[in-house]
Amino acid sequence: MTTHHARALSATRDFDGVRALDAVDLDVGAGQLVGLLGPNGAGKTTLLNLLTGLRRPTSGRVELFGGDPREAGNRRRLGVTPQQTGVPETLRVGEIVDFVGRHYANPAPVGDVLERFGLEGLERRQSGGLSGGQQRRLAVALTFVGRPDLVVLDEPTAGLDVEARHVLWEALREYHREGGTMLLTSHYMEEVEALAQRVVVIGGGRVLADGDPDDIRARVGTHTVGFRAETPPPDLPGITRREHDGNRVRLLTGDSDRLVRDLVASGTEFHDLEVTTASLEEAFMSLTSGDEPTRRES
Amino acid sequence: MSILLLHARYQFLETIRVPIAILGTLLFPPLFMLLFVVSNPAVGNHPTAATFAAGQMAFFAIVSAYMFNLGAGVAEDRARPWQSYVRTLPAGPVNELGGRLLNAVALALLSLIPVTLVAALLTEAHASVGQLAGALVALVLGGLPLLLLGLAVGYALPLKAAVPVVQLLLFPMAFAGGLFLPPRMFPAWLDALSQALPTRAGRDLVVGTLTGAPTAATSVLVVLGWTLVCAGAAVFAYRRDEGRRFR
Repeated sequence: MTTHHARALSATRDFDGVRALDAVDLDVGAGQLVGLLGPNGAGKTTLLNLLTGLRRPTSGRVELFGGDPREAGNRRRLGVTPQQTGVPETLRVGEIVDFVGRHYANPAPVGDVLERFGLEGLERRQSGGLSGGQQRRLAVALTFVGRPDLVVLDEPTAGLDVEARHVLWEALREYHREGGTMLLTSHYMEEVEALAQRVVVIGGGRVLADGDPDDIRARVGTHTVGFRAETPPPDLPGITRREHDGNRVRLLTGDSDRLVRDLVASGTEFHDLEVTTASLEEAFMSLTSGDEPTRRES
Repeated sequence: MSILLLHARYQFLETIRVPIAILGTLLFPPLFMLLFVVSNPAVGNHPTAATFAAGQMAFFAIVSAYMFNLGAGVAEDRARPWQSYVRTLPAGPVNELGGRLLNAVALALLSLIPVTLVAALLTEAHASVGQLAGALVALVLGGLPLLLLGLAVGYALPLKAAVPVVQLLLFPMAFAGGLFLPPRMFPAWLDALSQALPTRAGRDLVVGTLTGAPTAATSVLVVLGWTLVCAGAAVFAYRRDEGRRFR
C-alpha cells in the first residue's frame, strides 16, 4: 500500500464566487518527485495553499500525512519555500535559519544547511544585503532546515542563472535520493523534466494530465515549427495546435524533427522555416484550449 | 510556549535592527519632558507637579509604544509574504500573535527608561520604590485599551493608512487625556469629556499610584470598559483579516 504524504480529494476552492480549483484529485506518494505545471492563474498556487494549510477547501478534502494540513501537528514533516522577497531583511542569514529550525523537532545544523546551498560564510550577513541569487538559495535552503519528509517548492529557481540552477537541482536530487518526497511548480519545462518523475498539468482549476514526463511531452506541444506557405500544410500527425496569420503558419508539436520530415515528405511548398522551443504558456495552450483528444479520461 | 518566546525574540530583534523606527518611541517622551517640564522651573522644581508630569509622560511613552508598534507592525507583517510562510511552519498562529504582543510590551517597558532618567536626574520628581512598582503595573495595565486599539488598527488597515490613523487617534487622545498638560488646566467641558477617555483614566491610575493622590474608582471602570470595547474591535479585525487571507 502506498502511503500518501499529501492528497487532495475532489478539492474545490472558490474565491468570491470564482472557482479557482475544481474538484482536483491528486496524491503525492512517499518518495515521489512530482512536478506541477500550468500557466499563471491555473490554480497551482491555490492547490499548494490548500496542501500546506494556508487555505481550506470550499468543498472536498485535503490531507497532509493523513491529517488536516491546518493543524500545526500535521505540518511537522513538511518543508515549504518562502517567497524570496519576503525574508526579513534585517535578520541575519544564520538567525533566519535558526528561527525556522527551532520549529522542528530535529533540525539540521545551521552550518550544514548553508553549506549545502552554497551560502557558507554568509551566516552573519543580513538577508537584505544578499544578492538576488543568494536570497533565492536561502529561501530554498529554509525548506530543508527541518529535515522534512515532504517539501513543497513554488518556483524554486525563478530568477537564478543557469549555473546556480544546476547547483540547486543537484541539491534537490540529493534530497530525493535520500528518500525525500517533493512537489514542485515551475515555469521552466526543462526544470520539471530534469527533476520530476511525474508531471501533473493544471489548467482552469482542473487536472488536465497526469503522467511521466515523456508521456506529457508527447501530448503537449513543446516546439513550434514556423514557416511561410502559400497553401496551408495538410493535417500531419503530432500537431497539437496550429495558427495561421496570412501566409505565416505556426504549428505546435511534441516532436519537431518528425513534423519537419513529414512536412517535407508531404510536398508542401514552404520557406523561412524556423523551429523554436515553445514557451510553457504556448505548450499548455494545446492542453487547455479544450482539444478533447489531449485530455485524459479521469 | 517556547515557540511563542522564539517569535517574540525575533520580532524584537527585527524591531531594534531599524533604530529609526523606535527612535520616536524612545525619544519623544524625554524630549517633551525637557521642553515642558525641565525648561519650566515652576513645574520642574516643584516636586508634586514634576512627579505628575513624569507619570503623564511615562504613560504617553507606554501608549505610543503600544499603538505604533502594533498598529504599524501588524499592518507591515500582513503585507509581507513572509507571514504566509511562517504560517506553514508547524506552529499555530497564536505563537506569532503572542510574540507580537510580548514584543510590544518589551518595547513599551524600554521606552520608560529615558523618560524616567530625565525625570529622576533633571527634575524634582520623586517616588518611593513601592510607588514606582505600583505605577509600573498601572502603566502596563492602564495602557491595555490602547494596546488592543493598536492591534485593531493593524489588522484592519494597510500599512500606509495604519500609521496616520494611529497618529490621528493617539495624539488627540493623549492631549485630551491630560498626558501633555495636566487636566486641572482644562476648561470644564474638556475636563468632563476627558473623564470618558481611556487615556485620562489610565493617566489618573498612573499618577494616583505614583503620588498617592486619590483616584476615582470610575477610572478602573473606564479602563475596563475600553479594554472590552477595544478587545472586541481587535477580535473583529483579526477575524476579518484571517477570513480574507487564511480561510
